[in-house]
Amino acid sequence: MNSPAPPPVLDLDPAVVQRARELTQRLGQPVVDIARSHTTVSVERAMLRLAGLSGADHERVPWVNHLAEAVRADVGLEHGLALPVWDALRRGEASDLLTLAQRSSAGAVTFRLPEKGERTSAARAATAAVRPGMKKMDQQRRARERLIKRHGDPEQRPWIYLIVATGDIYEDMEQSKAAARDGADIIAVIRSTGQSLLDYVPEGATREGFAGTYATQENFRLMRAALDEVSAELGRYIRLTNYASGLCMPEIAALAGMERLDMMLNDSMYGILFRDINPIRTFVDQRFSRQVHARAGIIINTGEDNYLTTADAVQAAHTVTVSQLMNEFFGKEAGLEDWQLGLGHAFEINPEVPESFRLELAHALLARQLFPDAPLKWMPPTKHMTGDIFKGYLLDGFFNLAGAMTGQSILLVGMMTEAVVTPFLSDRGLALSNVRYVLKAAGNFTEDFSPPPNGFIQNRSREVLGEAVDLLDHITSQDAPAGSTPLLEAIAIGTFGHMKRPATAGKGLEGVAIKAEGYCNPAIDLLEADGWGSAP
Amino acid sequence: MNDVIRPYGDTTGDGMVQVSFTLPIPHDKRAEGAALQLATKMGLIPAMLVHATPMGASHTFFVVYGSATHLVDLDAVQVVDRDYPLLSAKDVNLSIKKSLRRPLVVVGACIGTDAHTVGIDAILNIKGFAGEKGLEYYSEIQVVNLGAQVLVPDLVEKARAAHADAVLVSQVVTQRDAHIHNTTTMSAAFREAYPSGKVPLLVVGGPRFDESATNELGVDRIFGRGTTPSEVASYLVHAMSSRAPQRASKRQPKAKEVKP
Repeated sequence: MNSPAPPPVLDLDPAVVQRARELTQRLGQPVVDIARSHTTVSVERAMLRLAGLSGADHERVPWVNHLAEAVRADVGLEHGLALPVWDALRRGEASDLLTLAQRSSAGAVTFRLPEKGERTSAARAATAAVRPGMKKMDQQRRARERLIKRHGDPEQRPWIYLIVATGDIYEDMEQSKAAARDGADIIAVIRSTGQSLLDYVPEGATREGFAGTYATQENFRLMRAALDEVSAELGRYIRLTNYASGLCMPEIAALAGMERLDMMLNDSMYGILFRDINPIRTFVDQRFSRQVHARAGIIINTGEDNYLTTADAVQAAHTVTVSQLMNEFFGKEAGLEDWQLGLGHAFEINPEVPESFRLELAHALLARQLFPDAPLKWMPPTKHMTGDIFKGYLLDGFFNLAGAMTGQSILLVGMMTEAVVTPFLSDRGLALSNVRYVLKAAGNFTEDFSPPPNGFIQNRSREVLGEAVDLLDHITSQDAPAGSTPLLEAIAIGTFGHMKRPATAGKGLEGVAIKAEGYCNPAIDLLEADGWGSAP
Repeated sequence: MNDVIRPYGDTTGDGMVQVSFTLPIPHDKRAEGAALQLATKMGLIPAMLVHATPMGASHTFFVVYGSATHLVDLDAVQVVDRDYPLLSAKDVNLSIKKSLRRPLVVVGACIGTDAHTVGIDAILNIKGFAGEKGLEYYSEIQVVNLGAQVLVPDLVEKARAAHADAVLVSQVVTQRDAHIHNTTTMSAAFREAYPSGKVPLLVVGGPRFDESATNELGVDRIFGRGTTPSEVASYLVHAMSSRAPQRASKRQPKAKEVKP
């Protein structure tokens, strides 16, 4: 499972690298403290999902949402849902969690905050209820390990990552199997646009989506089963990817853990910057979802490519490094190990820029060398893909070559029709044939490729690292008022991706609460007590 | 003179074109015949099948060359021509000063779930596009760039709060006609929220719009790929000056209007 990075070829000053990590920690730790002192509706609903509550009413509003709202109306969110919910069950308000949710949605249950002995009993009952959900994730993790042993990992690096998204899960299953047979190692099912801003997880198998397919527990299960089938056929474990992002990130992470998804897109700041989700909500949801991923053995994919689509890829190269460092810090703090950190970066330099390919190599090598044990995710050109599909095909070839030369771990296959149409079947076939050719012709290029000392690539990589340290230094030294942190201030004034996102605004803010004294969430307790993602 | 033309391969009048397509049948002799039949029906005579390869077990991909029998009548070509003068930044500013006697307010956004701000940023940001500075650079244009994934109701509210003269919306994502849906939703929301005749200029841009579809989409202007900031600025000045008299006079008392 480990990602064999090529030997280090860049001459980076270890002291500068160390300083970068120290500054990142100084920047990140206060944000972790804020995340730990808050909870969100979605974190609480994820706990209910781990306790086995699923399904939705006839208007497709999930029962976890009904129950969470009912409890919140009576006793608030700040104590966590566990105590009032299991206290109500102990008082005989309903025989089980589902009935309780149904009754509470009709206003037939009054919740209270239990005290003393009753409180201890409710907490114990809640922990016992959540434990099977943890167990399910542990079993799925073991099942994955077993299947990888049986079918094997892909023979080559990078692993080939392909996107599928028809809106219809049954169509997706067929297309995914076809893609796997054609060489894809990882299938990502893009979500329906707009799902990230839904404050609930849709239910059931879905056949209608908007430029993507809804992430639901049933869709996860169906797709994983389809890929298990094709894995056995091909003798290669095909990994499944979805998105733990948006307002329901913690719940989707829990569903992914229980349904054996293998990778999840999960970036520490993407939701803040590109979806205008409240920063506190995001950091709280982030931490919980990463704890779940750690436990479930899921590899996260971070979204640094997005920085380069909104800003110039040369000028903003160092913001990618800063984001990677922060994703590493927040990821490890939440219990993820190096092999689970699919840090992202992208081939987005304007092809009109002189030496653009050498610059790409410098940036790609920098990431490779800073994170030698992380399965780096290398993302294809999108911003400078035009309707000139012929040039686009060439650009994708150079992207593939850069990936091979710099030892990238996960290669998202670029489409020559990017920005033109939803890829045709033939576009996908041609794209895979592009990748196959390059990997066959130059797959072992890392063996020969070592840029000369003080050459263009060496200098550029040091320059980007230097700029990253300067930016970290600059943000860290900013003053922050009480209750805020320098990182939150930097996000508020538009330091990242030119997006200004104050901590007091953004979507989902109303679903955030400061934890009260005696806050109880057995899911968090179990995630933190049972050993942080180390194999159970 | 040369009002009728044919595609050019390597000789005038040869009519040569290349096409590629996929047919949902396995690759065999019959599939190749089917591809040639399609090419012939498309008017490629003679058609040359130069490449055929399986795409999975049940599809075949073809590349076909052929001489197109169709003729292009240049007199019958219809395009949306620029119907306003292209002004320099200085002239744009001057014109706004003269006709509005206040800065022109432009609110821009990517709406729906579209996160591609490339287009709107190219037009609005000082940095600009194609060597031209964006609208923020114009002293008489006040730009409010709301960025990505703005919900339509928020856009309407922000446009009202800013007393927008023009609303610029960029739409890059086109899957399942998202750009069409989003634009019609947006224009309908503005028509609903504003009294008739008071709706700000609605301008939409993106690489996949039909520039002549303004009526269908309910907008005042559609800009396609490669549009530069000065084209947009010149258009705004042109469009505003033809609406300016009624707008400027009725606007004054509303300056202190309290937002509902």
